[in-house]
Amino acid sequence: MPEARGKDDADGVQIDLISGQRMDEMATMEKIRMILDGVHDGKIVILEEGLTPDEESRLIEVTMTEISPDEFNGIEIETYPKSSANNSSLLGRLMGNSESNAKLTVIGPADQIETLHKDETLISALVSRN
Amino acid sequence: MGLFTELKDSISRVTERLFSEQEPKRIGIYGPPNAGKTTLANRIARDWTGDAVGAESHVPHETRRARRKENVEIERDGKTVTIDIVDTPGVTTKVDYEEFTDEMSKDDAIRRSREATEGVAEAMHWLREDVDGVIYVLDSAEDPITQVNTMLIGIIESRDLPVLIFANKIDLEESSVKRIEDAFPQHETIPLSAKEGDNMDEVYDSIAEYFG
Ligand SMILES: Nc1nc2c(ncn2[C@@H]2O[C@H](COP(=O)(O)OP(=O)(O)OP(=O)(O)O)[C@@H](O)[C@H]2O)c(=O)[nH]1
Ligand SMILES: [Mg+2]
Repeated sequence: MPEARGKDDADGVQIDLISGQRMDEMATMEKIRMILDGVHDGKIVILEEGLTPDEESRLIEVTMTEISPDEFNGIEIETYPKSSANNSSLLGRLMGNSESNAKLTVIGPADQIETLHKDETLISALVSRN
Repeated sequence: MGLFTELKDSISRVTERLFSEQEPKRIGIYGPPNAGKTTLANRIARDWTGDAVGAESHVPHETRRARRKENVEIERDGKTVTIDIVDTPGVTTKVDYEEFTDEMSKDDAIRRSREATEGVAEAMHWLREDVDGVIYVLDSAEDPITQVNTMLIGIIESRDLPVLIFANKIDLEESSVKRIEDAFPQHETIPLSAKEGDNMDEVYDSIAEYFG
């Protein structure tokens, strides 16, 4: 089990990988709740299948209602097309089992995610502890 | 003619009259904070109605409530196109009040960020329910490929809303319209400077064509 540590501990980030199958079973608001609960806990949430545009729009809306000074600044969200991810990047290899060309989406706390895309090897190290 | 047919006839005449006076289309002005949405909305409103829509500022999140200007009549080639313009708060996925503390007191910065978050939520809501078309404004001196822009354009496309991309701030030296055209080749991009009033003829032509 990876340990969830405080925000200022750069190498103690926990990552939740959510499969497309699991997402398929959830209603829109359940997905959004799951994502934001994870992010509130300082986790980085990776969605194998991404979100629909409508879900993204609701995610932005709900995120806004939860922003609170000194506590939660919102989210950073990055989407990688599966096809290109599959070839090169680490995220693609992580999720390499999927044949679909849906997008891969990474969501994290705004004040933490910088670390995420600056250093892919960090994710690799973290995920291998899973 | 039987009574029923007559009745049907008169009902259809009434409904025809009701719907022929088409409601003006509501055009939402969307885009990231500071792109120049309010400057554009003000210019359109001033050019065709004489008054302004809202305050402009170099500090992001100046607009924190969607603001509507109704019945803006734009004349093109002898024809009049009537639209409502809705200036919306710049969309983002994060707001940190500490970004404003250089410009104002901590209390004001916290208030600004609270209002900004409410405004963005409201803007998203308008996009799902209340607009018939979108003008997506980008600062052409900035990189257009951001998560927010890609997401927003995707959301707009998924709702099948007609959209025009406005490459604003072409008066700036670092401006690149091509960068925007390359980022969103599926949509028409119109270059302009809302502040200087450059290329407004093409702006109004395209508004009339797309949303008329
Ligand atoms: N150089 C230049 N500056 C512009 C132009 N249009 C707007 N600006 C400036 O950009 C800044 C932001 O303009 P606003 O119209 O307030 O931007 P906005 O998109 O409404 O911003 P929010 O309401 O905060 O989302 C202001 O300082 C404007 O004067 C332009 O065409 N050229
Ligand atoms: Mg504004």
